[in-house]
Amino acid sequence: MTKSSIKIQGFVFKGLTIAASMVIVAMLAVIIGNVVINGYGKLSWEFFTKAPEQGMTAGGIFPAIFGTVALVLLMTIAVVPLGVLTAVYLHEYAKPDSKIARLVRVAVGNLAGVPSIVFGLFGLGFFIHFIGGGIDRVLLSGEVAWGQPAIIWAALTLAVLTLPVVIVSTEEALRGVPKEYREASYALGGTKWQTIRKIVLPYSVPGILTGSILAVSRGAGEVAPIMFTGAAYFLPYLPSKLNDQFMELGYHIFVMSTQSPDVEGTKPILYGTVLVLLVLTFVLNFLAILIRSKIRAAQRRAG
Amino acid sequence: MKVETTKIPECERKKIKPYYRRRGKIKEWLVEKFILLNAFMAIGAIILIFIFVGKEALPVFTSQEVQEEANISEFFLPHRYTPDSSPDFIWQPVSQRPKYSIIPLIVGTLKATFIAMLFAIPLAVAAAVYTSEFAPGRVKEIIKPTIELLAGIPSVVLGFFALIVLASVIQDVFHFTFRLNAINAGIALGLAVIPIVYTVSEDALNAVPRQYREASLALGATTWQTAWSVALPAALPGIFAGIMLGFGRAVGETMIVLMASGNAAIISWNFGESIRTLSATIAAELGEVVFGSPHYHALFFIGALLFIITFIINLSGAVYVERLKAKLTGSRR
Repeated sequence: MTKSSIKIQGFVFKGLTIAASMVIVAMLAVIIGNVVINGYGKLSWEFFTKAPEQGMTAGGIFPAIFGTVALVLLMTIAVVPLGVLTAVYLHEYAKPDSKIARLVRVAVGNLAGVPSIVFGLFGLGFFIHFIGGGIDRVLLSGEVAWGQPAIIWAALTLAVLTLPVVIVSTEEALRGVPKEYREASYALGGTKWQTIRKIVLPYSVPGILTGSILAVSRGAGEVAPIMFTGAAYFLPYLPSKLNDQFMELGYHIFVMSTQSPDVEGTKPILYGTVLVLLVLTFVLNFLAILIRSKIRAAQRRAG
Repeated sequence: MKVETTKIPECERKKIKPYYRRRGKIKEWLVEKFILLNAFMAIGAIILIFIFVGKEALPVFTSQEVQEEANISEFFLPHRYTPDSSPDFIWQPVSQRPKYSIIPLIVGTLKATFIAMLFAIPLAVAAAVYTSEFAPGRVKEIIKPTIELLAGIPSVVLGFFALIVLASVIQDVFHFTFRLNAINAGIALGLAVIPIVYTVSEDALNAVPRQYREASLALGATTWQTAWSVALPAALPGIFAGIMLGFGRAVGETMIVLMASGNAAIISWNFGESIRTLSATIAAELGEVVFGSPHYHALFFIGALLFIITFIINLSGAVYVERLKAKLTGSRR
């Protein structure tokens, strides 16, 4: 092969990889651009504070925003302690080659790969029919109060779905705690749990925060797991009890774009809703990336 | 010499120390066990998912009543639905004679996944090669988070985009009979797969030891030759694992295909026709199904099938990654 043909091949090869990167970035830009251009005009105080009116062709999306926030809040309460403690086990208690730890890791990896619709089936079968139905049969002698789609069941289903996100981020944070901190604590007579609670966990708060934010962003965008476990097409009231149904942004988008009798009429509101959901998830992701890069920079400084 | 010592009153020493110690030890023990219990939750979740999805799918094998309509032969084998028609595969659970062939759904899933992978793999791998081998630091700092941002787009938004915008573009270009078809769903699905393949591939390329590249460059190879014949082959198992994970995601992804595929259960090799996937079938039908009916159990059977398929794909992907890491770092398990 001559030198120039090597050069040409290299030029082509490199060019193709650059082109591929550009295509991906461009597609992202097209999606975001399209949503922003078509949805921007809809954003107003009214849009955020009013309920849908006239078959979702007018009004706002307040109940969907409220439902989403309530949903991810409940989810966070359930998933963060569970995920953090699991990560503490994996990093602080388990020996590196322990069978249990490897099994937990495999389970976490697999949990992350289970299709979201299967989580929906699981939520329906386990939380609603088994747990909820069980409560109704045993405590309420058959009166249906908990054995039906509800915000608590949707939140718990999402908590199972986002568990790997919290575990992985927390473990990364724990790995970043300098060994000297632990040793200092032990040298002063601190027990293992005292060291974890007073030294390791406080130091890992930003990392745990990153994981929680990523979990919230993931949870806020998932629709398939909540379709059958609690999300409602339209509700005239806001959820006030744990066993109420709720409206949610993602589900609202799905319903408006597939089941609207008046497609053109709902389009502006639809675009507005998509923009709100997109901004919400991007801001959360951005926040998580920001905190994470701050942590990494701090770790590099600490050596 | 007299050494001065602080005197702890006899009574306090007796009272405090043993009390503190005992309490501390029990507490430590309790905390450790409690945390261990928590860690089992992740394993428990996987097992519970398997049990509770499997439990509702089981009547397909055991219940006589359910089997009259929905059974394994109905699912997988061709049936003569009317006396004078030829044997056929049809999914039509709500009709005079319910038809439960899941073959059209499997074909639909494979068609969408095929397009998605065809679209995503070259783009994602090439972009990974660019970021890890060629891109200057600052460009890398921009491209990487941008592609990862793509992973943050909720699938319902991708589905919405495919339904409202992409479908019209594809319609204008290809003039298919159906506006929502396998190509449309596949490309939207590809958008969801790209960040997965990209991230894992990029990690795999970064894990290739620097010495490999240095050796190649020292022998006079150019950067692209090094990338093509040293870095890429070394990272291939990792890239393959990324492709497997992306494949798992594509098979199980629901909202995108539900919104963008047209949802018609047709067996054909024409990618311009509508398709109905396994996941979308569950999402579309579970809401209206009667609890405990054959249709209900058939949908859970599909769910169990999806769970098992993705479980196997992910497990083998994870094993692959672990082996690669062991190989590249030279450690042995």
